[in-house]
Amino acid sequence: MSSGDEAVRLRNAVVLLGSFPALAEASLVVERGEIVLMSGANGAGKTTLLRLCAGLLPLARGEASVLGFNLATQRKEAQLHVGMLGHANGLYLDLTAQENLQFWGSIVGASSREMALSAQRMGLHSRLLSTPVAKMSAGQRRRTALAILVIRRASLWLLDEPHAGLDAAGRDEIDIILREAASAGATIIVASHELERAGALATRRIEVVGGAVVERGVQ
Amino acid sequence: MKRHSTSTWAVARTIASKDLRIEWRSKVLVNQVLPFAAIVMVLFAFALDNDGILQRVAPGLVWLAVLFTSLIIVQRTFAIESADNALDAIKVAGVPSAGVFLGKSVALVVQLLLFECVLVLLALVLYQVHLSWGGVVLLVTVSVLANIGLAAMGALYGGLGAAAKGRETLLPLLLLPAVAPVLIGATRATESAFGVGGASLGEGWPWVALLAVFGALFGFGGTLAFGVLTEE
Repeated sequence: MSSGDEAVRLRNAVVLLGSFPALAEASLVVERGEIVLMSGANGAGKTTLLRLCAGLLPLARGEASVLGFNLATQRKEAQLHVGMLGHANGLYLDLTAQENLQFWGSIVGASSREMALSAQRMGLHSRLLSTPVAKMSAGQRRRTALAILVIRRASLWLLDEPHAGLDAAGRDEIDIILREAASAGATIIVASHELERAGALATRRIEVVGGAVVERGVQ
Repeated sequence: MKRHSTSTWAVARTIASKDLRIEWRSKVLVNQVLPFAAIVMVLFAFALDNDGILQRVAPGLVWLAVLFTSLIIVQRTFAIESADNALDAIKVAGVPSAGVFLGKSVALVVQLLLFECVLVLLALVLYQVHLSWGGVVLLVTVSVLANIGLAAMGALYGGLGAAAKGRETLLPLLLLPAVAPVLIGATRATESAFGVGGASLGEGWPWVALLAVFGALFGFGGTLAFGVLTEE
């Protein structure tokens, strides 16, 4: 069990994808309320680290805990507090943006008002809300996914290239949302190749190199 | 910051209504799967080309068509989850896996029931089988119970294979042997409902009891096993 101020604690964590160690004895401590920018080359293990923290990949060796929950034994409990936005958006393409919001809102127990506010925040106006996701642009889909992430009210946000596919206004809105979430006590880990934009948000930077975590200092 | 976890039943209801809405919206089942099932029934009629034989084997043909159709429906119900990786999002949301299993199963039962109505009607027309009112009651009971077994196994193995390589070929390999008892029980009971080979209605009810046992076992077992089997 990690201490109360730690959002993430990895100690010599090993995650295997088949027989390949995608995370190789990675160690990391993230304090609550931090915004951590995670950089690294393609295939270095950034997504694997995020998926481990989200409880989507099993820990082969080492120790891993999220928000005080041991990922080896309390994965489900940890997931109740975690929100993740990966490369895919997790949307149903045949449903409209509104129906997707309502579905995920029902799943996580969000109110109609929260859903409406979140949609408004991400610029999902009424015409867009009634559009099937399959007919939306990549940026509009990303906005819908972010609106869903906001209603999760997660304590730990795990974001994989959150700015990808968004226009300038959308990128600015994400930055504002992330800063607000962090000031409300959420912890955020952002994997990004856009070091300048994401770096301006971050309070700390790490790099994943060959499956291990290297500290790159405080911003 | 934390939300309360949603109950298993609420999750099941939400998942089932979402799945049915997607199918209603996409019309894939109506426009593609239903014609496939109808073609299978017609091809059986062409292949056997003898009224006496067709009437004798009609129950088995109906349930084989249901089984083939169920493979497509199960694959589709998990394809909509993997199209934009929604299954991962469901897992990360920390919802009870039993709710996901039950929701998927309920949606599958509803879809399979609709298909069976059409397939039985086709059997009545194409194979010229006769159905008494007592037979209708027996057939409806058989359909509901058999569907529960098929849907439970479909949801379990569909979820298991959803993230696997070669899932299109893996699902039939896993599912067909597992639902063989349902096929046998449903066919024997339907023989009684259709009255083929001199079978009486009374002979069908013990098979109904067997289907109820399979449905309960598969449903209960699936509810317990789904989370464990679909974890990674």
